[in-house]
Amino acid sequence: MKQIKNKLLIGMVLLATACHATVNSNPVGSDTDKLFKLTSSKPDVGLTLPSGFNATVFAAGLGKARHITVTPSGYIYVKLANNKKGNTIVRLKDQNGDGVADEELDFGSFKGTGIKEKNGWLYASSDQEVYRFKLNNDGTVANPDQPEKIITGLIARGEHEPKAITLDNSGNIYVNIGAYSNSCQIEDRKVGSMGRKPCPILDSAAGIWQFKVDKLNQTYADGVRYATGLRNVVGLDWNTTTNTLFVMQHGRDQLHTIFPELYTDKQNAELPAECLYELHKGSNAGWPYIYYDQIQGKKILAPEYGGDGKKTAGEDAINPVYAFPGHLAPNGLLFYTGHLFPEKYRNGAFIAFHGSWNRAPEPQEGFYIAFVPFSKGKPSGNWEIFANGFSGGPKNTASGGALHRPCGLAEGPDGSIYVTDDVQGTIWRITYK
Amino acid sequence: MKIHHWVQFIFFICCFFQLPALSKAQDGNHCAVKKSPYRLSMDSGKKVYTLQCINCHQADGMGVPNANPPLKSKLVTGDKNKLIGIVIKGSATHEEINGITYYNVMPPNPGINDQEIADVLTYIRNSFGNKVSVVKVSEVKLVRIKLK
Repeated sequence: MKQIKNKLLIGMVLLATACHATVNSNPVGSDTDKLFKLTSSKPDVGLTLPSGFNATVFAAGLGKARHITVTPSGYIYVKLANNKKGNTIVRLKDQNGDGVADEELDFGSFKGTGIKEKNGWLYASSDQEVYRFKLNNDGTVANPDQPEKIITGLIARGEHEPKAITLDNSGNIYVNIGAYSNSCQIEDRKVGSMGRKPCPILDSAAGIWQFKVDKLNQTYADGVRYATGLRNVVGLDWNTTTNTLFVMQHGRDQLHTIFPELYTDKQNAELPAECLYELHKGSNAGWPYIYYDQIQGKKILAPEYGGDGKKTAGEDAINPVYAFPGHLAPNGLLFYTGHLFPEKYRNGAFIAFHGSWNRAPEPQEGFYIAFVPFSKGKPSGNWEIFANGFSGGPKNTASGGALHRPCGLAEGPDGSIYVTDDVQGTIWRITYK
Repeated sequence: MKIHHWVQFIFFICCFFQLPALSKAQDGNHCAVKKSPYRLSMDSGKKVYTLQCINCHQADGMGVPNANPPLKSKLVTGDKNKLIGIVIKGSATHEEINGITYYNVMPPNPGINDQEIADVLTYIRNSFGNKVSVVKVSEVKLVRIKLK
């Protein structure tokens, strides 16, 4: 299955200047069988960033590039939700240090979203399973055709089926199992259909499950439902300051569409919040019975369960540590631990907002990287847009017809960060001088 | 031709050539009265679309990548009975559309009547680059009887 390819890459894009990538002539260990000259390509969008930051196109044309991880040696692994000539994981490396990938190797036979390097292993998920690959000391994969299957049999029923993953420092892996429903209605997304109580989805989905990193073929019976009441999580990260798991929930859709007499189009666009939660074992975030209204600052009873947009509920549910406007679709979360960026960014949270669709007929929103500063494990300031312009302009943002949608985030050993896009498969590298 | 017929005819011409000053002199609905059944169905269909469909399928009918399918497809321009059935009963089959599967369900639509279903289907079959036959309310009623 393994296919070697020294890919022709792809010019650097800077905000103002475009440089030419140089020619790579370094073989990639024993894997390399062909060498190609590199070509450059013109940027199709310009990103705006705070002063002092630069964004370059590190690679392009990968397809549905979902999550991304970087080894200490600087190998970059990208998980694809599509087949790229039969392969589903892309390995990239910038061998000559010019800030642009100059070699590519593709492997893996399962489409998916999650990927994470930890302690010499590369973990990657399909929509039903989690695998791991042993890494060599240099960060290359030892046996690309023979991953170990560590988790199997996870529910994937269309809606919210990607299995995002992250790991702690104690030998555990955390897997999102998204709800195969919007709001646990008797009939999903049907106008006026009421919610099921108790919601039967919560037994096997709508939460984060904890498994062991090194045990083969674990099923639900081997795992722990670590946190529940989470509709769907794609962006999640282990915070090494607090030693806890943080997740970004995708809030429920279609308050107006399903309950037109209770909510306006405008409320439908803004509510509910996209929530950042800090989780502990046993945490319950309240889905589907409540949602968080960031304007009222309250947990509100869902209309499927008798709510009217004002009644509060969910006394047993945790509060978010931060609440963003609705439907921005947080697909990547990264706590920045590097030293390259200014001090303000240390230990703060970067969030990749994939961009909304469910604000229609109101304008769509998102398609950017946001930042929230943290101090002592808590948000210490307001959120701001860190990197914008992925959509290709305000018209594309408003219509939702974005050229690129930010999805995954990872930090490199030098403190730069990498951003994936799952429309065209562009990988950006963001640095600071 | 009697005089009031002439007056009506002049206002019709004004409407037809979009001469607002003169056409507005008549009551506001006068032009609408003269619209063809097709145009009336398209206008009504657009209203239904904006209320019931736009949130998932978007203003341009392009849908949402991976989530909600686009309406420029053979499913929309093909078998009317199947299309009518999907609007009435919804669909959770996640069948491939233009080679891609979409993860969201299409919910049933008990809140719109047969005329509105005919109108909205006429609208989507003649928008977003589609141009095929209209859907009549009688066709919707027949499908509804079969589904019972």
